[in-house]
This record gives sequence, structure tokens and C-alpha cells, in this order.
Amino acid sequence: MMWRVRGARLFLSPSVFVLFLWMVVPLAMTLWFSFQRYNLQNPGRDGFVGLENYTSLFTDPSLWTALGNTFCLVSFVLLVSVCGGTLLALLFDQEFFGRRWARLLVIAPFFVMPTVSALIWKNLILHPVNGVLAFVTRASGLGVTDWFGQWPLLSIAIIVSWQWLPFALLILLTALQSVDPEQRQAARLDGAGSLGIFFHVLLPHLRRPLAVVVMIETIFLLTIFAEIAVTTSGGPGLATTNLAFLIYIRGLLETDVGGASAGGVIAVVFANVVAIFLVRALSRSLDVRARQA
Amino acid sequence: MRKSAAGRIVIGVVAWGVALALFFPILWMFLAGFKTEIDAVATPPKLFFEPTLENYRAVHARADYFKCALNSVVISLGATLVAFVLALPAAYALAFFPGRHSRKTLLWMLSTRMLPPVGVLMPVYLLSNKLGFLDTRFGLVAINALTNLPIVVWMFFSFFRELPREILEAARVDGVRWRQEVVHVLLPLMLPGIGSTALLSLILCWNEAFWSLNLTASDAAPLTAFIASFSAPEGLFWAKLSAASTLAIAPILVIGWLSQRHLVRGLTFGAVK
Repeated sequence: MMWRVRGARLFLSPSVFVLFLWMVVPLAMTLWFSFQRYNLQNPGRDGFVGLENYTSLFTDPSLWTALGNTFCLVSFVLLVSVCGGTLLALLFDQEFFGRRWARLLVIAPFFVMPTVSALIWKNLILHPVNGVLAFVTRASGLGVTDWFGQWPLLSIAIIVSWQWLPFALLILLTALQSVDPEQRQAARLDGAGSLGIFFHVLLPHLRRPLAVVVMIETIFLLTIFAEIAVTTSGGPGLATTNLAFLIYIRGLLETDVGGASAGGVIAVVFANVVAIFLVRALSRSLDVRARQA
Repeated sequence: MRKSAAGRIVIGVVAWGVALALFFPILWMFLAGFKTEIDAVATPPKLFFEPTLENYRAVHARADYFKCALNSVVISLGATLVAFVLALPAAYALAFFPGRHSRKTLLWMLSTRMLPPVGVLMPVYLLSNKLGFLDTRFGLVAINALTNLPIVVWMFFSFFRELPREILEAARVDGVRWRQEVVHVLLPLMLPGIGSTALLSLILCWNEAFWSLNLTASDAAPLTAFIASFSAPEGLFWAKLSAASTLAIAPILVIGWLSQRHLVRGLTFGAVK
């Protein structure tokens, strides 16, 4: 048996090793760069500058704009996908004609690559002159909105919500379908109405999947990039620049490696706060499975 | 639950309305791909038109389309393969020979997935540049394999844990040697799990955009970057953009539809099944 245990360690080590390299080396470098003056265009002036990158970042209003935009983007999409996802999951949990096919249509947006969904929405749907939405609102007398001109951040939030709402729906629906039907029947026999069943049977069952949806989406949404890059490039001005895009501007456009790395450290800290909660929630699910096995 | 017939019809109509509304942008894009450029920007929008294959011809005529499509295929398959080779033994060891640190190892692997890519954008860019991986398929295969490795390990782990232990133990009692156990008992049982994990990994690699946009220029650019190249001439080439987009998302949409049930497990790291 002993050789098997040792063999197991041998099996595990390649994965652990590459992941360790992938996590530690770049992170350590980001941290190191963030204390350096390091600009690819000014190689002569490199050197240790202490907290200078951080102080200049924190006194720069663009960081606060970017953080505000990130916050708005994440909370808007979370709100849409949690509330909308729950409602839609309840709807698609019902039986109706062609449910399987309708479900396929609903989850489709999640499989569309971000550059495609951003460009299709920006041009074919939201365009103020030739877009479908402009035609509909004009025909119904609501007037025309120049979405990306007047509400650039909202436009991006709508596109991103369209991609992530199906994700929430898919997960919540899967969770709903694992509710024991006898439990519902028992509640019904006890005289519970639909609302009562939702609040006392279904919602408690959905609590953990909802938490997982919120945390996974938050981690991905904190660093939305492609949707912004192909539609607004962070503009007009800084109107749609989130933290990820600000780091990209600093690092790859202005070649200020030090400043971009300080921003990167901030992004890592934010994501870690969320990740701690997620890992804790998942750790609990791991316990449950170990007991069943 | 018993429902009146009328109630059912109302639910069906509402649900189908929602489904069609959410699917509409994809449908509209699909239609626009068969329109002439003039029809594509027409107001009022044209629902009925004379379909043309001109846009597909034009997209195929672009020299970089095939290169990008091939890059997407190579990168997605390559990264999935690399992740599998690393993850299968790891998940096997974690599932069947758990040690004191197995739990921690699994959670730690997961935490690497939560590292925001922008946090390491500069070092990865500079390292790739220095090592000559910038704008190469190799670089993207490596990055996609590494970012998906934790998810793949988790999925394999959860599939391994669900295998009926009795069968494995019966095989062992029979004195079947380890290699035969793996090849004849374990692998066949794992095939569905391996299949759905592969599909999830392919989807994630195919749609990966952050590293594709930042680390490639022309040589290794996959379809995500190819589509991004349409963002410049705004409004002029909607029909061609639509045709190219349809081509880019079609394979992954089919894969996603086929594997939707098992995706949930991978996307939630086994928390929801």
C-alpha cells in the first residue's frame, strides 16, 4: 500500500508544480514591479521608488473613476443576473410546451464569445440609426437613444448582463430541479401557497447556489476587458474605464510597468477578498461530499 | 403540481417570449450574415430579404480567417490536452488516495483560478516577450491550459468520487493488475466524465479573450481577436461582421447545447450538480 501513497504524490506533483509556478512567479513579479520606477520608454530612470507608484495611483482621480465604474458594472450585472436568474429559473422549472427547446435558446448567450456579443449589440441592436432597438423605440413613439453616446457604461452593463444572466439561470435551474418533489408536495398538503413554497422550500434550497453564482460572477466581472476594448476603448473620456482597462492603459499603452503593477496588486487584493468567501463556501460542499462517499 | 390548462398556456407564452427575446441578438446576427450590406443597415429592419452567401465568401476570402480559425482549434485542443494530461493523474490521486493535505490542495488549486488576469498582465507580457512566446500558439496553449487546469482537476475529481466503489474493489479483489484496472475498468467508467470535461474546457478556451487580445498580434490570433478586428470600421461591414461572428460561435454553441447539464458542475466547481 505504501508505494501507492507515494505513487499518488508523484501523480499529483506535476499539476501542483506548474500551478505553483503560474501563481507565484508572476504575482511576485507584479509585487516587485509595483515598487519600481519601470517605464519601457525611459529605461535609464529605472529603480526602487518605494510607495511612489501607489501614492501617484491613489492621488490620480482616474483610479477612483475606474473603481467607481467597476463597482457600478459589477453591481448592475449581479442585480440583473440574481433577480432575473431566480425569476427565470422558477419560470423554466414549470412545465410548458417545448420547454427543452426554449431552454436551449435562453442559455445560448452564455456561449457567445465576448468580442462577438459586444460588437453585435453595439452595431446591430443598440446603434442609434440602424439598430433594431432604435427602430422599435422610434416606431412606438419613445424616441431614439444613442446608447453608447449617452449611456456608455449602462450599454456595456447591458451587454455583459445578457451574457451572464443565462449563467445564473442555468445554475439556479439545475439547483431547483434537484429539489425533492415530495418536499414540495408535503408543503402543499400543509396548505402552503406558491409564495409560501417559494420562501420556505425553494429559497432555502437556492441559498448556496445563489451565493456561488454571486461569487463566481464577481470574480469574472471584476476584470471585464474584451467587451470594453472592442466597443468604447474605455471612453468617452474615462466613462467606461474599469480597473482592468485602466491597468491595460497604464501598462501596455503608456508602458508604465510600475504603475500598472500597482494597479494589478489592487485588483488581486479585491479578487482575493471575494475568493476567500467563495473558497469557504465550496469547502463546505467538499465536506458534504466526503461524508456521503 | 397540478395547473389549470389556461395557467399552463400563460406560462408557456411568457417563457417562450423570454426565450426568444434573449435569443434575438443571435438570431438577428445569423440573419444579417445572409443579407447584403445595404439590407443589413436598412431601416426599417428587413425581416424578409433575398439571402446571399456573399458575406461568407468575403470572410473566407480574407487570408487571416482560416489562420485564426485554425489557431482557435489548435489552441483550444492543445490546451485541453495539456490540462488533461496533468489533471487526470492528479485527480486520480486526490480521489482514491486522499492524504492529509488533499482538501487543502484542491482548494488551493481553485484559488489559482481566481487570480485576476490583469493582476499579472505586466509580468506575463514581459516574460512572454523575453522568452519569445509573444504571439505564438505555444504561449496561448500554455496559458489556457494553466487557467483551466484547476477546473479540469475539480471536474475529474468529482466524477472519480461518483464511480461505484464496489466495481473498483471487485476488480482489485480479482487480482486484476493496476494497469488493467485503469484501462479496462476505470477509463470506460470515466468516459462520460472525460467527455463533458473536454467540452467545458474547449468552450472556455475558445471564448477566452483577455490573453488572446493582449498577447497576440497576427501569427497566433484566434477567432476572438479576429472578430475584434471588425471593431474599427464601424457601421460599414455589418453583414460581414455577422457572417464571421456566426462562423466563430457556431461550433461552441453546438458544444454548449450538447453539454449543458454537465457544464453546471464544472462552472460551479462541483458546488451545484
